[in-house]
Order: sequence, then structure tokens, then C-alpha cells
Amino acid sequence: MSDEAAHSEFGSIPGPVRWGGSGGLRLLRGVRRTPVALIGAVTIGCVVVLALAAPVVSPYDPVAQIAKPLLSPGPDHLMGTDEFGRDELSRLIAGARVSLYVGVLAVLIALSVGGTTGVVAGFYGGWVDDVTMRGMDILLSLPALVLAIAITSVLGPSLTNVMLAIGIVYTPTFARVARGPTLAVVRLPYVEAARAVGASNLVIVLRHVVPNISAPILVQTTVSLSTAILTEAALSFLGLGTQPPTPSWGLMLSAARQYMLINPWVAVLPGCAIAVTVLGFNLLGDGLRDLLDPQMRGR
Amino acid sequence: MRYLARRALWTVVSLLGVSILIFLLVRLLPGDIVDILAGTEGQLGPAQRAQVLRQFGLDKPLPVQYVRWLWSMLQGDLGWSFRSGQPVGGLLLSRLPITIELALLTVLSVSLLAIPLGILASVSKSVRIKTLVQIVGLLGLSVPNFWIAVLLILVASFLFRWGPALIYVNPWSDPWVNLQQMFLPVGSLALGFSAVIVRMTRSSMLEVLGREFVKVARAKGLSAGAVLLRHALFNAMIPIVTVLGLQTGFLLGGVVITEQIFGLPGLGWTLLNGVYQRDYPVVQGTVMLFAGTFVMINLAVDLLYTYLDPRIRYE
Repeated sequence: MSDEAAHSEFGSIPGPVRWGGSGGLRLLRGVRRTPVALIGAVTIGCVVVLALAAPVVSPYDPVAQIAKPLLSPGPDHLMGTDEFGRDELSRLIAGARVSLYVGVLAVLIALSVGGTTGVVAGFYGGWVDDVTMRGMDILLSLPALVLAIAITSVLGPSLTNVMLAIGIVYTPTFARVARGPTLAVVRLPYVEAARAVGASNLVIVLRHVVPNISAPILVQTTVSLSTAILTEAALSFLGLGTQPPTPSWGLMLSAARQYMLINPWVAVLPGCAIAVTVLGFNLLGDGLRDLLDPQMRGR
Repeated sequence: MRYLARRALWTVVSLLGVSILIFLLVRLLPGDIVDILAGTEGQLGPAQRAQVLRQFGLDKPLPVQYVRWLWSMLQGDLGWSFRSGQPVGGLLLSRLPITIELALLTVLSVSLLAIPLGILASVSKSVRIKTLVQIVGLLGLSVPNFWIAVLLILVASFLFRWGPALIYVNPWSDPWVNLQQMFLPVGSLALGFSAVIVRMTRSSMLEVLGREFVKVARAKGLSAGAVLLRHALFNAMIPIVTVLGLQTGFLLGGVVITEQIFGLPGLGWTLLNGVYQRDYPVVQGTVMLFAGTFVMINLAVDLLYTYLDPRIRYE
């Protein structure tokens, strides 16, 4: 089957991402040789480990008021305390949990709904394609953040609703990313061959289409994780996302505006946390794009 | 021509789709539609309720309600704000110039800053420059603009004892004060945006610089500057314009937060206050206006695209 990248009127289709056996290893080796992707992967790795190990590594309870408010970083509180005397470091670590939780689940929603829609649209073509993709286009005619604000204003501010809103907002992007290569793959000889030997549509989609469009989807997933985390932070910053006392980076930054003249650290640290995490996903996404899409190389 | 007609038709269809979406969203709200649309909660007796239902046409089936709502919107009637009693249409019209000013100043500063830098970076093919531009571009995508805004305010208040203005001064009454007010908001939006555009400019310049006609121009002895500006830049403008256009969504989203942080009473500020006060006619109107602006900008970018590259003849 096609090992080299295929080219068609729909642009290039990178070869399949091989997960099993040596394929996954090859991808890993590729990441190791691409400095940008490697730095991204290591950064994300650190954030994920911190988030998972939060109960063990965080020095204090993130919601307990245990010290004087607005302390600067010092030996007792490595990153100082916030306006209620809560340990900033513990809150930042707990915030990583919230960010990753919302980001990952929102992207999973967008990936499963949008990806399926895109593959179905590209596979069947014709009116199915027209109707579904036009529907997706309508969602795209609103700026992402405005749509997310509109949805959360209806659902009400909460962690789950923010996740849903972000999931809905990024669904059309995945539909588009999945549709293009599906359209191209469906016309390739090996799909025709599969059809000729009597494979059912489901088998063709699962065994031949999905593996061959996995590269752009993988890149999109990584990049979407970064935008989803940013959107959660933005919505929480605006008071439409995570609600206090749950620690969320956006919320911490928003509260800091009132107190930053007393203790500037409260305005600096949460922003750093957002930027570093989001940058990690963007670096990995960029590196993966270089690795998986030969046309993008050297850009 | 046919392309133009199809593109325009599709713009109308998208906007209709968005209007249905917005109409349904408000009807999905938990709670009684009378309370939602009249801004009352537990204040009305059954008789008054029935009257409100009739008055707003809420006793009619949903499609009829939608058509009526759409019809009055087309005539410029966006309903009344619950909180201030003002007509929403007039309210939005008075807020629009602030948002337009913010967006235009941002695009202007990005173009003046990022495009020349991108061209400059395209001259060198060194791996170091490539990596540097790549990382700067990714930083632009990763650093939230609301954090930049907060940091700018922090620095400005430490260094100059400056704080966000309490009252917005429009450029006609005092252009100088207005520009001072706009400086930080525009800066907070333009920084991240520029970082992204520098990278895009460089990569599209590099692609164009690798083409045959550039080699020909070089071979016939044109100076490097002439090749770069006369032959490469114009052709590279197509992807740059597209990218600038594609970032409109980011820009409009950024405008919402920036206006809120700096207390600029533009559309974003209006949208958020509508959301906070559960003033749904205002939210509906603002979201509709955002969609309209976004779709129109995309249309304009598409048209500009065909103008910049006459080879693109859409059937």
C-alpha cells in the first residue's frame, strides 16, 4: 500500500502514521531527531506529570487559606501566595490539571464528532458532503471565542459547559481536516481494489481511509489542544469558565489584576504557566507537521 | 462572475444559518422564555405573562417567531435592551466605531511591523534565523493576548503611574488623547499577531523566491532589492493577505477581551456586559454583528485574492 506521500488535486496526502510495531517507534525516533518537536514533547510531558502527581507534589492544599495574603516568593511558599493567602505553587499545579482536563476532553469531543463528520462527508460525497460541510461552515462564520462566549452564556458558566462549548467550537475544524484527505484517499487505486474484492464501506473506512488520514488529524489534534487550553483560560479569565474556588490559570490571572500592584508575581506566574503549556503543544504540533508532511519541510 | 454570485449567495446563506443558530440558542436557555425575553423573573402574574406572550408574538409557533424576528432585524430593529431600555440597533451602532478603530490600528501596526520583518528574515536561509522565526511565531500563538495586556498595564503603572482610562475619548474630539488610550490595547493585540505574521511572511516569501521567474530576474542581473520587492513581494502578498484574513477570527476574539480589560466600550465590551447581565437582545444583536463582520471580511479577502492573482479564475 502507499508508503510514499500521494499527490492529487486535493493536495498531498502524507503517508499513514503507523502506530503498531516499528511505525510508532519510527515516529518517536523522528520526534527525537526534530529539536522543536522534542522540546515540545518534553514540556508537555513535564506539565502532564505535574498535573497527574498533583496530590503528591503540591506542597499545600490549593484551596486552603494558610498564610498571609500576597506574599512574594520565599522559602515557605516557593511562588508566594494569592489574595486569600493560598499557596500559589499548589494552585498553579492544580490549574494544570484543570487546563489539561478541559483541553483534552474538549478536543476529544471535537475530534470524534468533527472527524467522523468529515470522513463521512468525504467518503460519500454528493449531497451528504454538501449538507454536512455547509452546516460546519455556518459554525465557522463566527469567530471562535465569540461562539464559545455565546454558547457558555446559554449553558451557564461551569467547567463542563466550557468543555462542551470548546468542543463544539472546534468541531468544524476537524471536519475540514478529515474531509480533504478522505476525498483524495477514496479515489486511490487501493480503495478501488478493496471495493472490488467486496470490502464493506465500514471496513474500507476503518482499514484504508482512517489510517491514511491519520497524519493531518494527529497534527490538528496537537495544535487544537493548544488552542483549547488558551480558550479555556480566556473564558475563565472573563468569568465564563471555571468558577472559584477551583484553581484555573485564566481565573487566577483575572483575579490578579486587582492585586498585581501589591504583588506582581500573581499576574506573572499564571500567564507563564499558560504560555509554556500552550507553547509545548504548538512546538510539538509544528514538529509533527514537519515530520509528517514532506511539503511543509524547510518552511 | 459566476464565482462572485455563488460566493455572495453563500455569504447570505451562512448569515441566515447563524441567525437560526442565535435564535435557537436563546430559546434553549433554561427558564421561561417570557422571563428571558422580558428580563423579568417571578415578577409577573399569569395575566401579565399572557400579555407579554402576545406582545412579543411568543404564542406563535417557532418558525413564525423566527421569520418575524428576522424580518424586524432586517429592518434594523434588533429589539430593546432589558437593562437600559435603549434600542439595541442604536446601541451597537454607537459602539461599532471603537471596535473598528481598535481592529484597524492593530492590522495597520501588524502590517507595518511584521511584513517588513518577515521579508528581512526571508533574505537569509540560515537555519538559525529559520528556527528563531519559527519559535517567535509559535510564541505569538501561545502567549495569550490578555496576559500581554495585563503585563503591559502592570509595567505602565509601575513606570508611569498609568492606569486604564475611565472614560473613552473619541478620535474626533481629541485625537491625541484617543491615540494614547489606544496605544496599549493595540500593542497587546499587535504583539502576538505580528509574531505569527512574521513567520507566515517569511515562509511565503521563501516559496516565491524559489520559483523560476525569480531565478530569471536574478539571472538578467537585477539587484537583490529589485528582485525582492518587485518580483517576489507582490506574488507573496497572496498568501500573506490570506493569512491576515484568516487571522480575523483571532483578531475579533482578541478584541472582545482587550476591550474588556482596558474598559473600551466597543462591541466586545457590549457583548460581555450583555452576557454578564443576561441581556439577551444585546447578546443576540452583538453576536449577529460579529458574524456579519467576520463573513464580510472573509468575502473581501476572497475577492482581494482574485484581484491579486488574476490566474485564479474560479470557473
